Amino acid sequence: MSTAIQNISLSGKKKEVSNKEMTFWEKLYLIAIVKGLWITIKHFFKKKATIHYPEQVRAFSPVYRGRHMLKRDEQGRENCTACGLCALSCPAEAITMKAAERKKGEEHLYREEKYAEIYEINMLRCIFCGLCEEACPKDAIYLTISKELVPAQYDREDFIFGKDKLVMPLEMAIKNTQLKNAN
Amino acid sequence: MDSAFIIEKSVFIVVIFAITMIMAMYSTWAERKVAAYLQDRVGPNRAGWGGLLQPLADGMKLFAKEEFFPNTPNRFLFVVGPAIAMSTALMTSAVIPWGDKLHIFGRDVILQATDIDVSILYVFGIISIGVYGVMIGGWASNNKFSLMSSVRAASQMVSYEVAMGLAIIALLMMSGTLSLKEIAEQQSGFWKDGWFTWNVFSQPVGFLIFLVCAFAETNRTPFDLAECESELIGGYHTEYSSMKMGFYLFAEYANMFISSAILAVLYFGAYNYPGMQWMSDNVGVNAANILGIVVLFIKICFFIFFYMWVRWTIPRFRYDQLMHLGWKILIPLAIVNIMVTGVCILVFK
Repeated sequence: MSTAIQNISLSGKKKEVSNKEMTFWEKLYLIAIVKGLWITIKHFFKKKATIHYPEQVRAFSPVYRGRHMLKRDEQGRENCTACGLCALSCPAEAITMKAAERKKGEEHLYREEKYAEIYEINMLRCIFCGLCEEACPKDAIYLTISKELVPAQYDREDFIFGKDKLVMPLEMAIKNTQLKNAN
Repeated sequence: MDSAFIIEKSVFIVVIFAITMIMAMYSTWAERKVAAYLQDRVGPNRAGWGGLLQPLADGMKLFAKEEFFPNTPNRFLFVVGPAIAMSTALMTSAVIPWGDKLHIFGRDVILQATDIDVSILYVFGIISIGVYGVMIGGWASNNKFSLMSSVRAASQMVSYEVAMGLAIIALLMMSGTLSLKEIAEQQSGFWKDGWFTWNVFSQPVGFLIFLVCAFAETNRTPFDLAECESELIGGYHTEYSSMKMGFYLFAEYANMFISSAILAVLYFGAYNYPGMQWMSDNVGVNAANILGIVVLFIKICFFIFFYMWVRWTIPRFRYDQLMHLGWKILIPLAIVNIMVTGVCILVFK
């Protein structure tokens, strides 16, 4: 014979609710209060959960996704070819861009024949999901581990980040190349 | 009256005033620290070592705040309210015996501002006036929440004063005096004639009633209905700002200090500690009595800690539960306690 469904307790923590009269000692509440005081005083001596922020910093998750950056290759040329796959994959509709053709004499600036003349990410829309990074065939956009996400601003326009804020600084590209060659 | 006496008393009063203020100041720090520790946090720790300068920073902030007056015709009463709360909180410390006498400069210095023989009645009288601070403040605020809060506070204090007084009567029947100094002296030593000398051991029920009433009188949780944020915004000091608000909060902590002192003096042997007689025989009377002062302050600090400890343990009472506890449980219990004490005195003496 199996037990009725009402009596099954998989967690073993099931408790029957009852309306029984309290005994005299229960009605006094003194024992319950002493028990409560005991519980709180135990917490007094427990290890504290606080992380002292500026001095102690909690380690970031290994899959942390910070601010976007548009990469340059070893020769300092922009990777982005303005294919628009990142904008297409973006679930928040945060990315827009305008493509332009590379002119003669600009080969040291852009890797492909086509490049993004304007590349904008609306940081108020972005949810930092990283789908743009996944979609990019040229390894151009990626999410850094930068702890500074989006600084506070007074105007909405200031949250639309253009190429001036997104493209990797040239010095950083040079440094990266030097590091790579040194290894 | 010789001038040395006047100097002695003035110095003593100033010292007691300063100590009460400092204790009230650091109670605010301790409140936050204890609350944090009981909740697995660390509490204020930026201003000074362990946040010890926090009360100064808070005080400075309060002084710098705007002095706000609500749209009320009772501007005078609005100022009088916190003033009454503060002065009554400070007046009670006059009759508390902080220690036995000290022998300095060839004089016996009694460590009490004044030893009047009705000190307990004096304390009760002053505490009752303290209700007016809350009442007037709430009334003058011209705000229905403040008024409701002060009505609650007043009725709560009036109801619990009855039980408190009855609890004290049983104690007074045993001690036979109203003077706090004599009550403290009667509890000297720790063990005499086969029983403890401290009153808490011969009056446990009275102590319990007194303790519960002390919580209610100082408006502390679980009886802080006058300040319950969820129903009454901030309570009677909703409309107050700047140092007038600071006075109310300060008065509350000063009251806590004084009521802890009275609890220690009445029931926990005041400045007496086990082995005090041995100390004064072998080390010196002054040393023994100074240690007595320290012991009294340890007891007071324990009670202040207890107030905070209970605050984070027991949730707030509902108003009808509060009245039920006061009138239907504590007062009958106190009367039974008086009768049992009377019978015991008749049988054993």
